[in-house]
Amino acid sequence: MSDDAEEPATGSERAVADGYDQARWTDGDRREPLLSEKHTREVDVDVPLPGAVTRDSLELPALSEPELARHYTRLSQMNYGIESGPFPLGSCTMKYNPKFTEDVAALPEGAVHPDRAPETVQGTLGVLARLQDYLARIGGMDDVTLQPPAGAAGELTGVLIAEAYHEHAGEDRSEILIPDSAHGTNFASAAMAGFDVVELPSAEDGRVDLDALEAALSEETALLMLTNPNTLGLFERDIVEIAGLVHDVGGLLYYDGANLNALLGRARPGDMGFDIMHYNVHKTFATPHGGGGPGAGPVGVTERLTPFLPTPHVRETAAGYERYEPERTIGKVHGFDGNWLVLVKTLAYIARLGDEGLADASAKAVLNANYLAEQIDYEVPFGPFHHEFVASAGEQDAADVAKRMLDHGVHPPTTKWPEIVDEALMTEPTEVENRRSLDQLAAAFNAVAAADEAALAHAPERTAAGRIDQVSAARNPRLSWQALDE
Amino acid sequence: MLAAVGVEDERELFDIPSAVQFDGELGIERRTEAETRTEMRRLLAENDELVEFLGRGHYEHYVPSLVDHLADRQEFLTSYTQYQPEIAQGFLQALFEYQSMLVELTGLPVANCSLYDAATALGEAATLATRVRETSGSRVLVPEQLREGKQGVLDNYADGAGLPVEMYPMDDGAVDVDALAELVDDDVVMIYAESPTVRGVVEESLGAVGELADANDALFCVGSDPVALAVLEQPAAVGADVVIGEAATLGLGTAYGMGLGMFATREAFLRQVPGRLVGVSEDAAGDRAFTLTLQTREQHIRRERATSNICTNQAWVALRTAIHAAWLGPDGLVELATDCIERTAAVADRVDELSGVAAPIHDRHHFREFVARTDQPAPAIASELADAGYGVHAVDDHLLQLCVTETNESHVDAFVDTLAEVAR
Repeated sequence: MSDDAEEPATGSERAVADGYDQARWTDGDRREPLLSEKHTREVDVDVPLPGAVTRDSLELPALSEPELARHYTRLSQMNYGIESGPFPLGSCTMKYNPKFTEDVAALPEGAVHPDRAPETVQGTLGVLARLQDYLARIGGMDDVTLQPPAGAAGELTGVLIAEAYHEHAGEDRSEILIPDSAHGTNFASAAMAGFDVVELPSAEDGRVDLDALEAALSEETALLMLTNPNTLGLFERDIVEIAGLVHDVGGLLYYDGANLNALLGRARPGDMGFDIMHYNVHKTFATPHGGGGPGAGPVGVTERLTPFLPTPHVRETAAGYERYEPERTIGKVHGFDGNWLVLVKTLAYIARLGDEGLADASAKAVLNANYLAEQIDYEVPFGPFHHEFVASAGEQDAADVAKRMLDHGVHPPTTKWPEIVDEALMTEPTEVENRRSLDQLAAAFNAVAAADEAALAHAPERTAAGRIDQVSAARNPRLSWQALDE
Repeated sequence: MLAAVGVEDERELFDIPSAVQFDGELGIERRTEAETRTEMRRLLAENDELVEFLGRGHYEHYVPSLVDHLADRQEFLTSYTQYQPEIAQGFLQALFEYQSMLVELTGLPVANCSLYDAATALGEAATLATRVRETSGSRVLVPEQLREGKQGVLDNYADGAGLPVEMYPMDDGAVDVDALAELVDDDVVMIYAESPTVRGVVEESLGAVGELADANDALFCVGSDPVALAVLEQPAAVGADVVIGEAATLGLGTAYGMGLGMFATREAFLRQVPGRLVGVSEDAAGDRAFTLTLQTREQHIRRERATSNICTNQAWVALRTAIHAAWLGPDGLVELATDCIERTAAVADRVDELSGVAAPIHDRHHFREFVARTDQPAPAIASELADAGYGVHAVDDHLLQLCVTETNESHVDAFVDTLAEVAR
């Protein structure tokens, strides 16, 4: 499947002994041709509509089903999934996605239209109600909306709930506080809702700086958004005090659920004083990432915030499950009711694990991160960490390290972030790896740590494409096959 | 492994103050895989078996088996966002091909590789309108007949950007251009129109709406979907600056409202686009390669100055949509769209013959769906139809909306017979 290209000039390919080569389907100086390069057809459009509103013709790829099956199979072979090998992307929680959840999501009984009368979709509403309940228990929250279709959408939902809560209390608060180590989405979500962002510098130990927090808090503070454990994997030990400070000025506390996997069954945001949280079910609850999505970002709230949840909300009554509009709802954050196929997989995963399995997941995730950190030659400056750690590539460029790791048949960690660590390698093996695969990962880290500059500069060599020039892609944007013809 | 990290129990690794440790029980029962599947099937079996004639923004077209089998390949399904493009050429190329198909369908040169759904795409279009130099003002004008959820999401996105949303009147199910002209002034930042509309009406005045927008420095946003766009005039040709819509009409089928937000726009707004874009570059060997590009628009780099907060999106649905579109090809797509016009008109004619029902209420061309007026109260008819095994929308006291595609076509005869009984 790989092409018969000449030996790389560096010869470093032979130094990698992991027995890995990604498929590389080629056709001259390009890989698998585009659908449009294989065969297209332009067909006349002649429909019973006025000519002024119709197009004259349509030109699109016209290929047989076997041709398409081969095309997409080849493309899939030039892509790396969680079943291809270890995937320790920090902050992304790349777990194995249990197969049976796909079968559950494919049940034809679940394929219903969202506008059906509630009495005809008691099964669907029952699934949603049970998931709301399970997530509320896991987070220590009083109720949960399943409408947000992703984590960032959950953040926006939470921010809107906070805004509506303050407005209802007759307050117009303008600021949202966010630590500098937070995910970029936090800042963007706050800004989308029209808030001013106040960035909090981290303390030297990588956690929230209490003095800086106190200085930033005021009657303008609507919300503090926190990730806990934070992006360095560190638990915010002062969380009770932090919550007290925020609540003392009348603000609310938001929990970014990206790192919830560290705490399953061990600690709950609601018990720490958080008022609002989102769950990244495609991280914590093992629904597939789908090459970027879909995910789902349910949002949990404490009791005083339940009247503000998005509409419709689902609840169980004596007569069965019903949809209703919460009294002071923020309205809609998705055109319908969110990413159903993802939500049903989430419920299946949680129901499979139960209390015992959830606590076991966090225990193994934290143990795996600690074990891997012990085995690698890169320095890990901050600790004690939980489900992930941030190593430093030191004198090496973290991006080079990532590219060279690809040659070892493992997916690299998240790189160059958070910026508090030089040349950051943010690593999260999750509970799905075992000692054998962690040792494989560690061997890859250590081989790269020992690699010379030439090997780093020429990586990757065993992937479908060599190092890709990002700068020219942005300088001369060509975003469609039509643009290639110009 | 415990010994390797110097502890006797995993619990020692958790650096959580005792005050916030959780020692209780969540109360979630552990099940085997077989038990879980049985339980999930038991829960979902509580849904009634209905033949749905439902649409209004969420549609059922037949999804070929090829889509499931290819999209479910683990290399696609379980992969992550393509931040390491060298190892993700396959998905990047599939998304590039999806973008290209949208370019052909919309006539606009830039399409992103997904937002969540049509409603959030409309919200993103409104915020984009505030960021581009070509526009001025703040009012967003939308049609009075609009999916409630779409309106609700737009309200939330627009509110954060300080944009008031107002409705303009419609005349017989389409834009009332004269009334709209009365409402438009320099303070309008965006005008939104749909074709087909939420009631399935093919809009014939898009060109006039586009001219109004252009004359008032407002963005013109058109809502549609890939099936309709196979035969409708390219929105770019009638002045659209942005095209949004529900692209999961291909590739997904009925999924309780889960969707795929389509978003295409003009070259001039390239650096203001929300969401991910796949572009072309070269690798070290000089071979063509694909990569995510223009990422400085995005939240992970630009933070509060990003074009949107979107990160996780609907990439896998976009893959499905692209495979479905490729499976249909241009002939299949045009045929499908033609059926959505002819079949719908034929069913409307049959319904119109029933006593107690008039259809369609709008003297317009329709796509997939239409609204019928009923002498009897529509909610009561809908309820009786549900008892008889059919799902329909009651959109007002005496208005029923019916959607017909190839997936419920074989039930039309029996449905019409039942409707004749309950509507008379």
